[in-house]
Amino acid sequence: MSKFKIRVEVRFKEGVLDPQGETIKNALVNLGYSEVAAVSTAKLFILELTADSETRALQKAGEMAAKLLANPVIEKFSVEPQK
Amino acid sequence: MMYGIVVFPGSNCDYDAYQAIKSAGLGQTKYLWHDSADLEGCDLIILPGGFSYGDYLRAGAIARFSPIMKAVGEFASKGGPVIGICNGFQVLLEAGLLPGAMRRNSGLRFICKEIYLKAENRDSIFTRGIPAGKMLRMPIAHAEGNYYCDAETLNGLNKKGRVAFRYCSADGRVDSDSNPNGSTENIAGIINDCGNVLGLMPHPERACEALLGSTDGALIFESIRKAG
Repeated sequence: MSKFKIRVEVRFKEGVLDPQGETIKNALVNLGYSEVAAVSTAKLFILELTADSETRALQKAGEMAAKLLANPVIEKFSVEPQK
Repeated sequence: MMYGIVVFPGSNCDYDAYQAIKSAGLGQTKYLWHDSADLEGCDLIILPGGFSYGDYLRAGAIARFSPIMKAVGEFASKGGPVIGICNGFQVLLEAGLLPGAMRRNSGLRFICKEIYLKAENRDSIFTRGIPAGKMLRMPIAHAEGNYYCDAETLNGLNKKGRVAFRYCSADGRVDSDSNPNGSTENIAGIINDCGNVLGLMPHPERACEALLGSTDGALIFESIRKAG
């Protein structure tokens, strides 16, 4: 068994309003950054876990994301090795 | 009738619910600790408001995996009546006992104020005692009450009469001005397909005594008594 660090990013699905992102975008525009068209927020989790391979670690992390870290009604997620 | 009030770490409306049941003279009440998987023979389960597990990750996301929720899920699947209020509603959504999810309020703030509710469904065990045309006044107190579901689910809720309550004005107008948190179609509370699980963001248990400014919340608890 080896140790792995896996990065899980959870963000809103397309079409689900992100009120924080919207507010941050407005704040940036008010600061003079009129070029900002949209801001979307996300949650980042770094999991440290043991597994017999990186593939297996990613698969486990995906399971955890689907079960707890993300709410599939409004959120989607991605898993990748943390560099 | 025995009412069971689930207590999660961080619940803070458990005693309010206890008091509401008591003052409405509905029956006996007991607290059920989240760590137990035993509903102790209760006939109706209330998931109270509060901040279970500090609202960490998402409101209700961790509470839904507590041992008591497995028992509540089995109880509900056999037709047992369950009410989730505020955080309790969020737990029911996370547990999949009701469809949809909560987002942060559109204004990003925690909102604590009195609102009006229109009962869209007056046939359920939770709403049958509400007089026609009566707008219910009671408080909301939440940061994540912005109800969301996809178009198909929304269509189903509307078609099957599963929207229990919508936010409205004092005279019953359901519009964006009377929507406190950005909730889809002003939805404040919904019922499951079998009609035995209700979730709502407003706090009926805080509106059961004249001293508290409104007794409209008691209409929901009275409905349950009539049903029983």
